[in-house]
Amino acid sequence: MIKHFLNLEWKQYFRSSYWQKNMVINILMVFFALYFVAMFLGLGFGLLFILKEMYPEQDPFVVANGFLFYWIIGDLLMRFFLQKLPVMSVKPLLTLPIKRSTVVNYVLGKSALSFFNFLPLFAIIPFSIMLIGDGYAVSEIITWLFALIITVLIINFLNFIIEAFSAESELSFLPIIVVVSVLFGLNYFEIVPMTSLIGSGFLAIAHHPMLILIPIAILVLCYGFNFKTLRKKLYLDSSLKAKVTEVNASDLSWTERFGDIAPFMKLDLKLIWRNKRTKSMAMLLLVGVLYGLFFYPQPMYREMTFMSAFIGIFSTGFFLINFGQFIPAWDSGYYKLLMSQNIKYEQYLRSKFILMVISVVLLFVLGIPYVYFGYKILIAHFAAAIYNIGVNTHVILWGGSFNRKKIDLDKKAAFNYQGTGAVQWLIGIPLMLVPMVLFGLVNWLAGFSAAIALLIVLGVLGIVFHKKLMKGITKKYLDSKYKMIDAFSQDN
Amino acid sequence: MIYTKDLSKTYNGTTVLNIEELTIPKGQSFGLVGNNGAGKTTYFSLLLDLIQPTTGNITSNNVVVDESEDWKPFTSSFIDESFLIGYLTPEEYFYFIGELRGQNKADVDALTAKFEDFFNGEIIGKKKYLRDLSKGNQKKAGIVAALIGQPEVIILDEPFANLDPTTQIRLKQIIKDLAEKQGVTVLVSSHDLTHVTDVCERIVVLEKGNVIKDLETNPATLKELEAHFAGGSVVSQEEE
Repeated sequence: MIKHFLNLEWKQYFRSSYWQKNMVINILMVFFALYFVAMFLGLGFGLLFILKEMYPEQDPFVVANGFLFYWIIGDLLMRFFLQKLPVMSVKPLLTLPIKRSTVVNYVLGKSALSFFNFLPLFAIIPFSIMLIGDGYAVSEIITWLFALIITVLIINFLNFIIEAFSAESELSFLPIIVVVSVLFGLNYFEIVPMTSLIGSGFLAIAHHPMLILIPIAILVLCYGFNFKTLRKKLYLDSSLKAKVTEVNASDLSWTERFGDIAPFMKLDLKLIWRNKRTKSMAMLLLVGVLYGLFFYPQPMYREMTFMSAFIGIFSTGFFLINFGQFIPAWDSGYYKLLMSQNIKYEQYLRSKFILMVISVVLLFVLGIPYVYFGYKILIAHFAAAIYNIGVNTHVILWGGSFNRKKIDLDKKAAFNYQGTGAVQWLIGIPLMLVPMVLFGLVNWLAGFSAAIALLIVLGVLGIVFHKKLMKGITKKYLDSKYKMIDAFSQDN
Repeated sequence: MIYTKDLSKTYNGTTVLNIEELTIPKGQSFGLVGNNGAGKTTYFSLLLDLIQPTTGNITSNNVVVDESEDWKPFTSSFIDESFLIGYLTPEEYFYFIGELRGQNKADVDALTAKFEDFFNGEIIGKKKYLRDLSKGNQKKAGIVAALIGQPEVIILDEPFANLDPTTQIRLKQIIKDLAEKQGVTVLVSSHDLTHVTDVCERIVVLEKGNVIKDLETNPATLKELEAHFAGGSVVSQEEE
């Protein structure tokens, strides 16, 4: 049976059109994975020295155990957002003569092989080797190592339990936030000293190997709980059923003032608000607003004036970039409908344009408090906003005519590369690099005001020639009509 | 009304559609039948300018469809679920299509009210997104949306598939009325021979992209079609 399952798994992975079509993304993902592996390896080998350096008079092994609590909390939090139990994939197996318990064990067992479980090993194992090399008792460290591996698996299964609860509650983030903040609060306010409790727990296991039975028991409990809940849920009418959401209708009649593009504006707003992927993208607006806070509090960046132009472009254009790069792929699901309907392409594109302009203005206004870090920053942001409105909106719409990748609106945004192609990487050059280089160059040659003036002039030019530019862009879209229809009707 | 001349579509050297000449007069209910891969959907896609013809063209109401977009105001269609916008409710979808076709909310409401029976109380006012409806109900919404805005040409690909028997019977009546009373040219494709013969005045059989039969519907048509599809391979062997 296991052989069949493994075979299916293998085929699912390598025959997915994702793998076959998207070599660049795959290479990138492998690169990311290798990056994390390297980071963890570095941590594993370096940790002993770092600890000796920072806490010279303490036992590094004891100190390391003191940090375990934070690792557990962090890991739990990260997994909640990134790791999901692959339940849907077993739907075809239900009608086959396979025992339900086998299917459940398979799903749970598969989750144990996740990348998230292997990643910590890259730090733990080298750290253990270093400890042994440093003269710690081999038997103690080996026991400790096993205890940690079991802990990783406990976190793995605990995460699914939390997810099961969050699936039932209205506010899906609530359970994880509650669990994490209660644990953290108990520790922080020293009601229950979780850090030292967990730390000494692991130390105790290291000294008395028999105690390893406790984490094993916890693991078995977690697994058993998952097994029971999952077994109950493996029916078409419970977890395997796609969720039906209640409509949230809001009054969008204010869009009427935009005249003939109003139907498209309404459609775009609904698109953003009612689909998982676009919704999480809209949440990223916050990141755009707060982006400057990563840089401006540090005096080093405040002195580099050209940085504020870059941050300005990025933070006022955050929505523009994230939304704009996938025009018209957002509508790929029903592109055929749009193409056979009585619509003017120009109206369709202008609706997207207006939406992006509104977002730039909004983000600029929300970013006004940055004036606290110096009036020059505000001026630079203003110039960047004008540039975004006049130039970048057109650039990104033009770039969109090269989009050939369908987007499935129901998948969420973080770590979702669907719809990403070479266009999305290349478009960044004119979008971000060109204004930055221009600004930096003029700033260096002729000073800050000249550089600001340049951005504003370019932006105003774009606004003045808006009609002309849109005509050219519309033609570009019309020219690639058949190619887009064909590409969007292909399943990923 | 719709005139097809020397139309062909070729993918990588395989010809999937090849029609020398086909004229569909105004107000005709026209049925297209054929097995899988016969070219029915390809023909409809060409008619809607969703794919480009390899040779020839289709003229609809004196408009060459792949050269001008002027056929769009009087043509509407429902080909498959990809014509639906999943994150809208059926009402919102109807209003959206209505706005594109110059109809206000009242016009759309008046039209959809006529289809209360057809919807069977499962479409309007249910507070559900189109993506959450069953396949059959999605189809109903799509078909009715294709009737918005007094189109002169309506194209429906496999309209009877996935519908329950009651709805199939109602849909047949709707299509008949459109052609007979309102002079609308209706193009329908189907795998179900009974349905097409019930609804269409004229039936064209496609096989591997070629028109091999062009029949005026009469009481004997169903028998003839059944004989054709039952013994298709046998007949062709005998001919050789």
